[in-house]
Amino acid sequence: MGGALFLLTAAALASGRPPRGFYALFTVITAVLAMVGSALAWGRVTDPARGAYSAIGDAIMVDGFSVFFGIVITVAIALAALLADDYLRREGLDGPELYVLMLLSGTGGLVMAMANDLIVVFLGLETLSIALYVMAGFQLRRLESQESAIKYFVLGSFSSAFLLYGIALVYGATGSTNFSRIADFLADNLLAANGLLLAGFALLLVGLGFKVAAVPFHVWTPDVYQGAPTPVTAFLASASKAAGFAALLRVFLSTFDLYRLDWRPIMWVLAVLTLVVGSFLAVVQTDVKRMLAYSSISHAGFVLVGAEAASDRGLAGALFYLLAYTFMVVGSFGVATLVGRRGDADHSLPAYRGLSQRRPLLALAFTVFLLAQAGVPLTSGFLAKFYVIGAAVEAESYALALIAMISAVVSAFVYLRITVAMYMTVEEGDDAAAALPFVRVPPAAALSLGIALVFTVVVGLVPSPVVDFARDALPVLVSAGP
Amino acid sequence: MLVNQFLLLGAVLFCIGVYGVLARRNGVLVLMSIELILNAVNINLVALGSVQGPEAAVAGQVFALFVVTIAAAEVGVGLAIVLLIYRNRSTVDLDEVDLMKG
Repeated sequence: MGGALFLLTAAALASGRPPRGFYALFTVITAVLAMVGSALAWGRVTDPARGAYSAIGDAIMVDGFSVFFGIVITVAIALAALLADDYLRREGLDGPELYVLMLLSGTGGLVMAMANDLIVVFLGLETLSIALYVMAGFQLRRLESQESAIKYFVLGSFSSAFLLYGIALVYGATGSTNFSRIADFLADNLLAANGLLLAGFALLLVGLGFKVAAVPFHVWTPDVYQGAPTPVTAFLASASKAAGFAALLRVFLSTFDLYRLDWRPIMWVLAVLTLVVGSFLAVVQTDVKRMLAYSSISHAGFVLVGAEAASDRGLAGALFYLLAYTFMVVGSFGVATLVGRRGDADHSLPAYRGLSQRRPLLALAFTVFLLAQAGVPLTSGFLAKFYVIGAAVEAESYALALIAMISAVVSAFVYLRITVAMYMTVEEGDDAAAALPFVRVPPAAALSLGIALVFTVVVGLVPSPVVDFARDALPVLVSAGP
Repeated sequence: MLVNQFLLLGAVLFCIGVYGVLARRNGVLVLMSIELILNAVNINLVALGSVQGPEAAVAGQVFALFVVTIAAAEVGVGLAIVLLIYRNRSTVDLDEVDLMKG
């Protein structure tokens, strides 16, 4: 039953290739079907009598963890496809290509989340990335889009080469690429000279840290997020980041758990740098997409705070954070898509002046997304931050929890700056603001924003179902079969 | 087995590749440097596999094959992007691709 998730996406790819109408609708239906498949698989793996299982010669693990990420990624695909629909028509790029690439890259993300073998992690990562390189450069005529594609490509393949080197070293040290076997090997043998293994850890962390945009591997993020077509940015910030974290959490928290004394300090430094750099650099930006890019870096820092705790609670907090974050970030970039106008021409802060008067509902939605990202109570963002920081305190990483709270305050300033621009800068008879063009809100994008908005608010009010979901979604290591 | 020599070769190739990516400005040469790193990984995988005993060695060799396949796909996409840049700007110098900063 769990394999249904995988088969559904694979089938979607095959049938996605021939041209057909309503590509966006098709993509959304595919994503929803995959979501239903995951829900069925969820029933299967949480059933205590049967539990998680591995498939395809132990290469794939179907457990609560992979199903959770399956749902996060399919949600991201569905919402981003709804945003892309009108965007592509506006840019005169309508066609199946972007949707096929989006599904392909989503499949890569799912494979990464389900991987139980370093080979499969690498295959998933490359499927995800190669499709994304093309998506980033999808606006063939726009120079920024091409620039973001080449930057993403060069740095992306560079970092996956590091990841590969790390995998090779881990393989050399442990004699296997399978997670269960590696964990068994590490439990049975005390490595006298573990330099090879530790170097492998470091390189793996570089490769995966790049994918989730952790500082100091973040330099590509602002440029790529700014240059890529905005719906692609939304997908990149949600699905690709979630897949990267899926692999990172599974590799370090479950497979290399025994070596947590070795990797926790590194994770600590990464989390602090990511939080601080992300939130402080966001403050000095003038381009809204760039601001959101830096804020997404600081969000990655929060998830790393949960990972650093290296406990079940920290992991559940990180998972909850990723789910809540997916809705917030797709919503935010969705609004940026609509305000940006033809050719992604204007994402500067002044373009948002007086949005509350021109488009009150859109401004309200954006405000909710921004407040949720800032972590204001009654939104999902508050609870997400609360859980990861709570886990950090529980793991006695007090300094880290403190830094996380300070950087949350700093990044709140960024979000308030955008909100103030939307609500307060227009006086009566302000010609400059009145001259700004009317922002059209197409129904598909409105639906996408509406879903994200409802989720953000409802989870903020009634969090318990989602919290339980995240708590049950811990990765499982099933010992390798004969 | 002279595994150390192979590992050393892999490490040297890796370093040359990293140097190439960081120092070269020509887009095509950067791509070639990335290929060098991937090949260094392949040498490592097969060399490290050879000390593991026959069963575990298969994993490394199969992985090396996967890496070769993916490297081909990656270079295809990479060259296409470089070509796109060349058409629009008549240059493949990556240092000149700098519209966005900050």
